[in-house]
Amino acid sequence: MGGYTDNKTFVGFQNFSKLFQSEKFYQTFQNSVLLIVIVTIVTFALALLFASMLTREKLKGQNFLRVVFYIPNILSVVVISAIFSAIFDPNSGLLNAFLKLFRGFQAEPILWLGDQKIVIFSLAGAMIWQAIGYYMVMYMASMANIPESLYESAGLEGAGRMTQFFQITIPLIWTNIRTTLTFFIISTINMSFLFVMTMTSGGPDGATEVFLSYMYKEAYTNSSYGYGMAIGVIVFLFSFALAGILNAVTRREHLEY
Amino acid sequence: MITDNRSRRGVSDKLYKGFIYVVLIALAVIILIPVLWAFMASVKQDSEFYGNPWALPLGIHLQNFADAWLKAKMGSFMLNSVLVTAIALGLLLIVALPASYVLSRFKFRGNAFLNMMFMAGLFINVNYIVVPIFLMLNNGDKALRGILGHPVLLNNLFVLAVVYAAMSLPFTIYLMSGYFKSLPKEFEEAASVDGAGNFRTMVQIIMPMAKPSIVTVILFNFLSYWNEYIISMTLLTKPTFKTLPVGLMNLMAAQKSAVQYGQMYAGLVLVMLPTLIIYILVQKKLTQGMTMGGLKG
Repeated sequence: MGGYTDNKTFVGFQNFSKLFQSEKFYQTFQNSVLLIVIVTIVTFALALLFASMLTREKLKGQNFLRVVFYIPNILSVVVISAIFSAIFDPNSGLLNAFLKLFRGFQAEPILWLGDQKIVIFSLAGAMIWQAIGYYMVMYMASMANIPESLYESAGLEGAGRMTQFFQITIPLIWTNIRTTLTFFIISTINMSFLFVMTMTSGGPDGATEVFLSYMYKEAYTNSSYGYGMAIGVIVFLFSFALAGILNAVTRREHLEY
Repeated sequence: MITDNRSRRGVSDKLYKGFIYVVLIALAVIILIPVLWAFMASVKQDSEFYGNPWALPLGIHLQNFADAWLKAKMGSFMLNSVLVTAIALGLLLIVALPASYVLSRFKFRGNAFLNMMFMAGLFINVNYIVVPIFLMLNNGDKALRGILGHPVLLNNLFVLAVVYAAMSLPFTIYLMSGYFKSLPKEFEEAASVDGAGNFRTMVQIIMPMAKPSIVTVILFNFLSYWNEYIISMTLLTKPTFKTLPVGLMNLMAAQKSAVQYGQMYAGLVLVMLPTLIIYILVQKKLTQGMTMGGLKG
C-alpha cells in the first residue's frame, strides 16, 4: 500500500471495504453533503435574486456593484481563509465584536470555529461569501439576453414582479441554471477542500473534515496512498452520480425567445 | 380614479427601488468590509489587535510590510510566484494555442481521439490527483538520483509551472478551439492564395484575430496560478521554494504561537494586491470573458 516501496501488492477491494466500514468516512460524507446542500441552496437563491434585481431595475452604480460583487472570486482561498479566521476569532474577532452590540458586552463569546455544532456553518458562510459574485455574473449574463418586450407585455397584462420573475426570468434562463447546478456540486467539493485545509484543518475533532481533505490527509500526510485513492475514486463517482441525477431531475422542455 | 391608481403604483415602485438599493448596498458592504479591514489591519501595530477589532489604526505602521517582505521572506516568495506564474502562462500559450488551432481546423488521423481525450480532461479536477502527481515526481526523483546524484523534480519551480500549465490545458483548449471553429475559413484560404504556409497563417492571421480570447485565457489562468496553493504546498517542500499563498499559510500558522498579526496582514495584502490591481484594470474583460463558458475549479 505504501507508494514509497517498490513492492506493490494487489489488495483487490480491500481499500474500499475498509472505507465503507470507516466511521470517519461517514462523518466526512455527512459534512460534505451538508456543505453541498447549504452552499448550493443559499448561493443559488441569493445570486439569482440579486442578479435579477441588478438586471431588471435601472439603478445608479450598477457597474460598480457588479465589480464589487465579483471581488471575492479573484482572491486566493488562503487570503479569504485568513480574513475569515480574523472575522471568526472568538476574542478579537470582527463578528463577535459586532454581535456584542446586540448580545450585551458581558455575553459569552461564540466559538465560530471552535464549536463542533457551529463550525460547519461558519465554513459555509465563508464559502457563500466567496461564490456568490461568480454565479451572479453568470446569471446576469443570461438574463441580459431576455428581450425587454416580454416583461413589458407581461406588465401590461398585470403580472407583478414576482410573477415575471417566476414565469419569465426563471424559465428562460433554465439551461443556464442547470449548468450552474453541476458547477455547484463540483466546485463545492473542491472549494470546501481548499477552505478546510487553511481554515480548520478538518477540526475541531473532525467536525469539518470533507471528502478531499480526508483523502489528502490519508494519502499524503498518512502515506496510505491506496486508501487515499480509494476515497478519491468514491468521491469522483459520487459527484458524477449526483450531477447526473440533478441533471435528469431538472430536465424541462427548452424554451426559445 | 386611473390617475390615483397610477400614482399609488409610482409610490410602491419608489419604495421597491429603495428597498433594492438597501439590499444591494448591504451585500456590497458585506463583501467590501472584510477586504478593506484586511488593508486596515496591515498597517496596525501588534498591540492594537488586543483592542476593539473595528477600531481604526492609530497610525500607518509600514514596518509590517518590511517585516513581511524580509523577515517572513514574502519578498523572495513573491519572486517565486512571479516566476512560476510567468513560466506556466508561457508554456500554456505555446502548447494550447497551436494545439487548439490544429484540433479545430485540420482533419488527420487521431484528431477525434485527441479531442476526446482533452474533453475527458475537463472532468478531472487537479485536487484529486495532487498526491499521484507527487508520487510520480517522487519516483522519478528516486530514479534520477541514481543517474544525476541528486533529486531534481520535487522542489523545482519549473516542474511546478509545468504541472500548472498541464492542469489548465483541457479547459484552455476547449475554449480556444471553440473560438477557432467559429472563425470563417475564408481567411485561411485567402492567406494560402497569397502564398502563406500553415504556420505563417496561424501566427500572422489567426492569432491576432483571437487576441480577445487569448487575453481572457491569460487573465483567468494568471488568477488561478497566482492563487493556487495545494499543488505548490505539496510539490515545493523546502522553505526557500515557497510561493506566496503558501508563505501566507506559514504566516497564519506562526501567528497562532507568536503574536505577529501586523506582519501576517501585511503578507496577506502582498498576496492579494497584484490580483486586485489587475482586476480593477481589466474587470470588464474578466466578467465578459467568464460568460464565454467559464468554469472554475
